[in-house]
Amino acid sequence: MTNEFWSFIFGRLTWDVLPLHEPIVVITFIVVAIGGLAVLGALTYFKLWGYLWKEWFTSVDHKKIGIMYMVLGLVMLLRGFADALMMRLQQAIAFNGYEGYLNAHHYDQLFSVHGVIMIFFVAMPLITGFMNYVVPLQIGARDVSFPFLNNFSFWMTAGGAVLVMMSLFVGEFAQTGWLAFPPLSGIEHSPASGVDYYIWSLQVAGVGTTLSGVNLIATIIKMRAPGMTMMKMPVFTWTSLCTNVLIVASFPILTAVLTLLALDRYVGTNFFTADFGGSPMMYINLIWIWGHPEVYILILPCFGIFSEVASTFSGKRLFGYTSMVYATVVITVLSYLVWLHHFFTMGSGASVNSFFGITTMIISIPTGAKIFNWLFTMYKGRIRFELPMMWLIAFMLTFTIGGMTGVLLAVPPADFVLHNSLFLVAHFHNVIIGGVLFGIFAGINYWWPKAFGYKLNEFWGKVSFWLWNVGFWLAFGPLYVLGLMGITRRLRTFDDPSLQIWFIIAGIGALVIAGGIGAMLIQFGVSILGKNKEWDTTGDPWNGRTLEWATSSPPPQYNFAFTPVIHDNDAWADMKARNAQRPTKDFMEIHMPRNTGTGVVLAGLSVVLGFALIWYMWWLAILSFVALIGAAIIHTFNYDRDYYIPVEAVADVENERTRLLSGAR
Amino acid sequence: MSRFAKLLLVPLVAPLLAGCNAVVMAPAGDVAVQQRDLIIIATVLMLLIIIPVMVLVVLFARKYRQGNNAKYEPNWDHSTQLELVIWSAPLAIIICLGAVTWVSTHLLDPYRELGRLGPDRPIVAEIEPLEVGVVALDWKWMFIYPQYDIATVNEFVTPVDRPISFKLTASTVMNSFYIPAMAGQIYAMPGMQTRLHGVINEPGTYKGIAAHYSGHGFSGMHFETKGVSDSEFEAWVAEVRNSPDMLSRQRYLEVEKPSEHVPVMHFAGVESGLYTAIVNMCVERDKMCVSEMMSIDEQGGLGHAGIDNLAPELYGGGEKNRSPFGPQKTYVAAICSTDEAIAMTAKLPALKAPNATPLVGKGLTRPEMVAQSNAPALDWLAGKLAFNQNTSADAL
Amino acid sequence: MSSHATTAEGEAPQFYELVPHHHAPHGSTQIGFWIYLMSDCLIFASLFAIYGVLGGNFAAGPSPEHLFNLQLVAVSTGALLLSSITYGFAMLDMDEGKKTGTLVWLVITGILGAVFLGLTLYEFYHMIHEGAVPQRSAFLSAFFVLVGTHALHVTFGILWLVTLLVQIGAKGLIPANKIRVQCLSMFWHFLDVIWIGVFTVVYLMGMLR
Repeated sequence: MTNEFWSFIFGRLTWDVLPLHEPIVVITFIVVAIGGLAVLGALTYFKLWGYLWKEWFTSVDHKKIGIMYMVLGLVMLLRGFADALMMRLQQAIAFNGYEGYLNAHHYDQLFSVHGVIMIFFVAMPLITGFMNYVVPLQIGARDVSFPFLNNFSFWMTAGGAVLVMMSLFVGEFAQTGWLAFPPLSGIEHSPASGVDYYIWSLQVAGVGTTLSGVNLIATIIKMRAPGMTMMKMPVFTWTSLCTNVLIVASFPILTAVLTLLALDRYVGTNFFTADFGGSPMMYINLIWIWGHPEVYILILPCFGIFSEVASTFSGKRLFGYTSMVYATVVITVLSYLVWLHHFFTMGSGASVNSFFGITTMIISIPTGAKIFNWLFTMYKGRIRFELPMMWLIAFMLTFTIGGMTGVLLAVPPADFVLHNSLFLVAHFHNVIIGGVLFGIFAGINYWWPKAFGYKLNEFWGKVSFWLWNVGFWLAFGPLYVLGLMGITRRLRTFDDPSLQIWFIIAGIGALVIAGGIGAMLIQFGVSILGKNKEWDTTGDPWNGRTLEWATSSPPPQYNFAFTPVIHDNDAWADMKARNAQRPTKDFMEIHMPRNTGTGVVLAGLSVVLGFALIWYMWWLAILSFVALIGAAIIHTFNYDRDYYIPVEAVADVENERTRLLSGAR
Repeated sequence: MSRFAKLLLVPLVAPLLAGCNAVVMAPAGDVAVQQRDLIIIATVLMLLIIIPVMVLVVLFARKYRQGNNAKYEPNWDHSTQLELVIWSAPLAIIICLGAVTWVSTHLLDPYRELGRLGPDRPIVAEIEPLEVGVVALDWKWMFIYPQYDIATVNEFVTPVDRPISFKLTASTVMNSFYIPAMAGQIYAMPGMQTRLHGVINEPGTYKGIAAHYSGHGFSGMHFETKGVSDSEFEAWVAEVRNSPDMLSRQRYLEVEKPSEHVPVMHFAGVESGLYTAIVNMCVERDKMCVSEMMSIDEQGGLGHAGIDNLAPELYGGGEKNRSPFGPQKTYVAAICSTDEAIAMTAKLPALKAPNATPLVGKGLTRPEMVAQSNAPALDWLAGKLAFNQNTSADAL
Repeated sequence: MSSHATTAEGEAPQFYELVPHHHAPHGSTQIGFWIYLMSDCLIFASLFAIYGVLGGNFAAGPSPEHLFNLQLVAVSTGALLLSSITYGFAMLDMDEGKKTGTLVWLVITGILGAVFLGLTLYEFYHMIHEGAVPQRSAFLSAFFVLVGTHALHVTFGILWLVTLLVQIGAKGLIPANKIRVQCLSMFWHFLDVIWIGVFTVVYLMGMLR
């Protein structure tokens, strides 16, 4: 066969692109391959494929999709964190002319992929998982507005993650930093497949994120239970609404800007080139117009989680519900007016810089009001220090520091000396770990009993809590100091031996965090496999206040046999206080959406399309694109998308719940 | 735990802090000193609210814990006075901080010429600022001293207490120029020019770094900054002038090629207009300068005739890697000679501190762009174009 | 629905909805599609912003005056605007339950869309033939991508429309099909609005520059 034939079939995919010369990657591959084969073998051996496919992969149940998002996020957390550990190790040893154990080609991929994975494939799936699981329950709905779309969104997000993971073993990932600024990310300076992996994985995942945003907005607007006016919605639902508005109003910009970068790379247009009138600064502006709202997309639902946790575990109504809602809305709007603070140093005029600096500071006002609201929710409360509450306290102490360093960075002249430094790295980890991740951990501990019917192990939860908190400060305290020593980020080797001790401390901190992650996994394992689980028969293990606690744990497929009617923003607390009686007879058949495999098929084809584009296999790209359109059209010919759960089935489930509620085991 | 931790931590941390050289907190230049002061002021202002919050968190968490049986009011969820306080207290602090920000951002604008050498040390009119053209190359820094007609790579020497006026650009990708001891950083971008002003007040050797990731050689892209006395500076200039190397355009193109961990280089002379040519991306003589291109575009472009005014890219080791669906790499060919274009640029007054806001009209104006009015030049250009079309391609 | 929530003073409030209530079968579809359109609108907003910034960077090449043919664009604009009206007729017929009328008006709409698309493609072909390719300057890149993205949307609209014709033909004007016609209607008018923006910003202002 001729060379042309093979390059037609495989594009630029050759044996040379496999990283066989990088022992670390090869060993990782072997480990992953063995582990993967073991998992696949086990699934086959225990004949779980059919179950997984029928009950999970094709499910349109928002609860199952929510859990799948969480699993995806946690798996990717392990990958992203492994990258972080490798970076910490490299920076701790590469001193005095020693190159460390990572070459630039490998190290530069690490920090790029770490950022991409942690934001897009850890934080995003985790918060989307929560929103999916909790929002319909909190508003008393049976599912989201567009259940099929929900399944499709999940698989697109997972498809993006698949592409990123593929880049580890086939070819390479971008070596450009997580936002891939041109001209560095242009074809001339990054000719290999790395940036293409970046572009297509984010495009595929971005479709999923945008559609899930559309879906949840429609759900919150249209599917609320009777009586639940906007100002009676639980705060988590409010923050989810604002987050999804931000998603819908910012991800299209990312889609557009990445498309243009792709055109520059594939077609040779001149949007972001330095030549022919293109403007790289345009890319930086646009990507941050998406990028800044993105951080609020991540943090707002966590604020919502903390609001629920604060009022539940203080046994008290949330202080200042109205101002909490307005604070959320103000943050949502302001998050579009601050993007330039990510590049004060690009040389905009002083007036522009101070405008964006001051708008950034203004955001700290509603954020501060929120902190005060949680504080005064605790005031005159009766606080139970369960795990979610502990994470709330840790968050309030950690996040305020992160917020402070953030406002510091918003002062342009201060930013000139701190920009791109390790101080900045410490700042955003301080808010993303201390805010987003702590919020996610609070949420996992809080809603786990709702999802699975029993509480998580408390001992290992506390071990994880303390390891995370200590590890966080050990890992990022030194980075604050190093930033003040004028050390910039993304460096691979160092000359100044006096810095080494700080990097070693940071490395130890990362190891402690690794312990925290390990303890969390043990916590899950012990709780899932443990014999003497504390089964929750009430559906309300924490004495909760919002509607998700009104139904059983785990909730039935249809969530509520009878749609609740809402009179108060702590709807369930109100129902308990006024002794609302759960109806136990006269059940009705329930209209539900049918499962479908179309989401898996469409997302799978999108991954193939992305892969074909990355490797220049044009025939495959055309084929998969046509198949994608075809599959979508065929799906529209399926009119049989829903069914009724018969009365008897509903009655069976509900009678069992009645029995459990009456105290029988 | 706490006493034990202290016993463990104190011997560990004390020598660290002593040995720690937090240059951002103890800089050697007046601009960086003011930026340091600003960090401290802002931090103190914010601590006014942060500390009470953190104390209250701990206090409330303790006092209202379940076992403590403190006052319990499950339905207390609103207090107008309290809400007023929790919104207005942060607001008051942000108003203060906002005022500080507005003033300091204007005072410490990197584009602004220095107003003082230090506290109570106004600029002396006789001292001419040191002008330096900085070029971020892959992966080293080039410094061009137009007043002395010398250039260096990876070494920047300046007399102390003499204001320095930097013009910065880059050859290929974006970078950020940062001497932590002197002043804040500023981006250096290809085809564009940014400005920075600073001064070093204390003699010494400082670190200069690339503060924006720029590719594989990024970690090794740093340089020594030396603040020296006037006489030492003169001696150093003389030493550089004795170097056998000259920075011609040809030599620049050699130096520009990617290289890592580059040792210090000295150039005894610099070809005239080189820095301007770098900013305008027309060091190669047959490339159209950015200033010329923008000037033509202001007049509405060159129409269909301009479509074919392209030359194949042959620099930098032959044909460059290009997009799968793109045409061969080309560039817009110069119409007037590069020197004529530079001469055009030179006639125009250099822009002072820019009044350009970044998002008006066609985006950030490029500081070095040729000014608006070159209407008469267009006819002349058209004539040139006609001439060029008549000449054969090998003239390009 | 909310009437259940309001109870008279003193009366024990109702906490569960005991009678079945039926959500309209596609109750969220229109608002969901509307939200999607807004997100699509932001893609166009980004492209307009890019065109606004880069639209004057001709790289010493041709500018709008040299390239655009307003007569041609006027015809294509007319076709697209007319197609919006004919889509409106299709909607009117659908509301009256006239299947054939709906189909006929939809076919006319599709043909007008195809005419628009054909003219846009002809314009592209002509420009590329002249050498004014998207790679020549930032202005041309921005132009081709802005107008091209709109054309791509019209293409998908036509594809959707053809699919709908088949589905209405097969199943008739059932509610599931009606909601699709309504969504496509929003999509189609949305593309019209975008085109008015393109026509004004790119063509009219380009020629007046």
